[in-house]
Amino acid sequence: MTAEFGLAALWLAAALAVLQAAAAALGLARAREDVAAVTRPAAVAQGALACLAMAALVAAFANSDMSVRVVAENSHSAKPMLYKLAGAWGNHEGSMLLWVAILGAAGTAVALFERRLDPRTLAATVGAQGLIAVGFYAFLLFSSNPFDRLVPAPREGLGLNPLLQDPGLAFHPPTLYAGYVGLSVAFSFAVGALVTGRVDRAFARAMRPWVLGAWVLLTLGITAGSYWAYYELGWGGWWFWDPVENASLMPWLAATALLHSVTVLAVRDGLRAWTVMLAVVAFSMSMLGTFLVRSGILTSVHAFAVDPARGSFILALLLLYVGGALALFALRIGTVRAGTTFDPVSREAGLVANNLLLSVILGVVLIGTLYPVGAAAFGVQLSVGPPFFDRAAGPVALLLVAVLAVGPLLRWRRDEAGAVLGRLAAPIAAASLTAAGLFAFNGFGLSLLPFLGLSAAAGLAVASVLPLTGRRLARVPLMTWGMAVSHLGVAVALAGMACDAAFTRETLVAAQVGQPARVGPWSVTLDGIAPRIGDNWSAVEARLTAVRGEGTPLTLRPQQRFFSDPVTTTSESAIATRLDGQLYTVLGRPDGQGRWQLRLWWKPFVTLIWAGGVLIALGGALSLAGRALRDRRARAAA
Amino acid sequence: MRRGLAWAPLAAFVLLAAVAGWALFRPAGTEVRSEMVGRAVPAFDLPAMVPGKPGLSTAALKGRPYLLNIFASWCVPCVAEAPKLVRLRAMGVPVMGVAVRDTPDAVADFLRRNGDGYAAVGGDRASRVQLALGSSGVPETFVVGADGRILLQHIGDVRDDDVEALAAAVRDAR
Repeated sequence: MTAEFGLAALWLAAALAVLQAAAAALGLARAREDVAAVTRPAAVAQGALACLAMAALVAAFANSDMSVRVVAENSHSAKPMLYKLAGAWGNHEGSMLLWVAILGAAGTAVALFERRLDPRTLAATVGAQGLIAVGFYAFLLFSSNPFDRLVPAPREGLGLNPLLQDPGLAFHPPTLYAGYVGLSVAFSFAVGALVTGRVDRAFARAMRPWVLGAWVLLTLGITAGSYWAYYELGWGGWWFWDPVENASLMPWLAATALLHSVTVLAVRDGLRAWTVMLAVVAFSMSMLGTFLVRSGILTSVHAFAVDPARGSFILALLLLYVGGALALFALRIGTVRAGTTFDPVSREAGLVANNLLLSVILGVVLIGTLYPVGAAAFGVQLSVGPPFFDRAAGPVALLLVAVLAVGPLLRWRRDEAGAVLGRLAAPIAAASLTAAGLFAFNGFGLSLLPFLGLSAAAGLAVASVLPLTGRRLARVPLMTWGMAVSHLGVAVALAGMACDAAFTRETLVAAQVGQPARVGPWSVTLDGIAPRIGDNWSAVEARLTAVRGEGTPLTLRPQQRFFSDPVTTTSESAIATRLDGQLYTVLGRPDGQGRWQLRLWWKPFVTLIWAGGVLIALGGALSLAGRALRDRRARAAA
Repeated sequence: MRRGLAWAPLAAFVLLAAVAGWALFRPAGTEVRSEMVGRAVPAFDLPAMVPGKPGLSTAALKGRPYLLNIFASWCVPCVAEAPKLVRLRAMGVPVMGVAVRDTPDAVADFLRRNGDGYAAVGGDRASRVQLALGSSGVPETFVVGADGRILLQHIGDVRDDDVEALAAAVRDAR
């Protein structure tokens, strides 16, 4: 019954989405406010039904209802409950259902909580959100029905890909999706504003918290995904420029640019067309990412459904929505008057530089990701890997960091170059001192990018807290705190990346029991190998003793895990986190003569990468809280 | 904003979608063709793997055409392929084996069980030569001409139908 209930909810939600879009279109075209007023309750009901459908699928997974096809194909009754639940979105149909559930929930949130937007633009916005939903409901119902039954029902399921059996999977996709799909709100806002022609400061102020919220979740999702890849894949890397990682990075880059340009629009009424374009681009990147992942035109570890029929369906949706929005942009942007212009030395100019550089990085990532597809059109077979991305995006990112350090120290409207240089004295000193120190200790031993990265990180760290100095901290608005914390987060993450690139030590040994191996300052000894049994796996586990200098020894237990449903081997790394870095150990294969392959890494300060990511998101959350508080006070005063 | 410029994003997007649409329906190619076909064999000097058979070095192979077969004792299609290589050898085609990520004992055992068509077998422990050749899997077979250039790459195991063609390719390369 649960499955039929879910399917019914899905059909009803689809019908309501049609109603939502139609009411907005009709209401606006005929200037009938009573018709347009239907959009909001329709959006709320639609979102609730989509979430109910998702809940029905989760229930089917929780009960191991093997008569539901996706459950039988992706679950197993012996799995721990957490992974049964998480399995609901660890497959194509379920993840698309999660996609529309979040899309519906975002529409509900806009319909319930948006108070700044004028009624016509709001109706157009909610209508646009409904229109997007219609396409994805059609996709689910016609080509990826998650509630399909299997007759006869199998007695047991095939099991979930063991790589996905990890607490990270329970949280990483929903967070990432919430951010990814949350950007649909910005897209709908842009469409709404293009329809009514009202791109102004009020529009920017209304859109900003939605962008901020989606961006915070996206940041957290990417950070969590990066950490998951780091410890679960056992390759010791934190970013692989995998097409799917890029698919999540591209909306983030666009959303980051949008976050800054919307500020210019809200404060100074500039960058109108550009902000609208970015809002369209950000969610387009989300949809493009979904297309790339789901169509299988790019091979990736994330591609669980390779099916040209589904791919062409999503491509058609992409053409309809992105093409439609871009056509609307071309037709209507002429009605949006140019906003104010500004001085080349000003906060606005800094933000424009930020936008340009972010766009360049976005372009690099987009080209690098799609180049293999484009090259294949000319019969050339190739893949684009980290060397391209590092070299092409790295220098631009460093330039961006420089802009990031300077920007918040600039005044709005107009500033004096000389005065700005004076304010930059401390950051420049910090960067130079770091550079000198690095050179003194390492000479020319460091490669250029990590060297510049560490120096820039030091300068940025100082510059990011400067807006807080010389003020009474209790009186500094939360938004300013948010900016400082986020920018500091960038410095922290950058320092982690540079340290990882510059100082990581790696050792690969065929270890005999009792024989120590060195990695960086650590001495690691294999004490023994023992079998282990888990819920649905068995493993060989190594006991390692690691000791640094005269310190207390610590024990690490990396495993080779064998899963039977489906048959897979995974390496479970064992990681010891210290204040100054992580010791990362992976157990490899035996050589048949009593020796075991061990991969050991000492990664100084690598944790800063994810700490920085969390700080960036925290800054966004602070800023969001600050705006919510200010709104509340303003309403209370009124 | 100028009107033309306003349409530019849409034009760029449609172009992108066209490429994506084409990619969606092109026949899926899973083979990785080597970029080295048509170029000189990268120089290598591999140690001997089995007693009584020499190792492989490009210097010693100069001046005559041969088949360069990438294989491994742990590779199942290689088992099916082995008798075909024996036939090629009987036809007078020199077959040189590159044993990838393998041990001497395992290779000797493999040749004893499945037949030995190789004139020489070199050990490529870390797949260095395999990667330099642009080969992405086992088994693969390259036809190398007398001038040391790679003329042809055969991906997958050599089947009955391929034997004659490969022998002809080596004959023509003289």
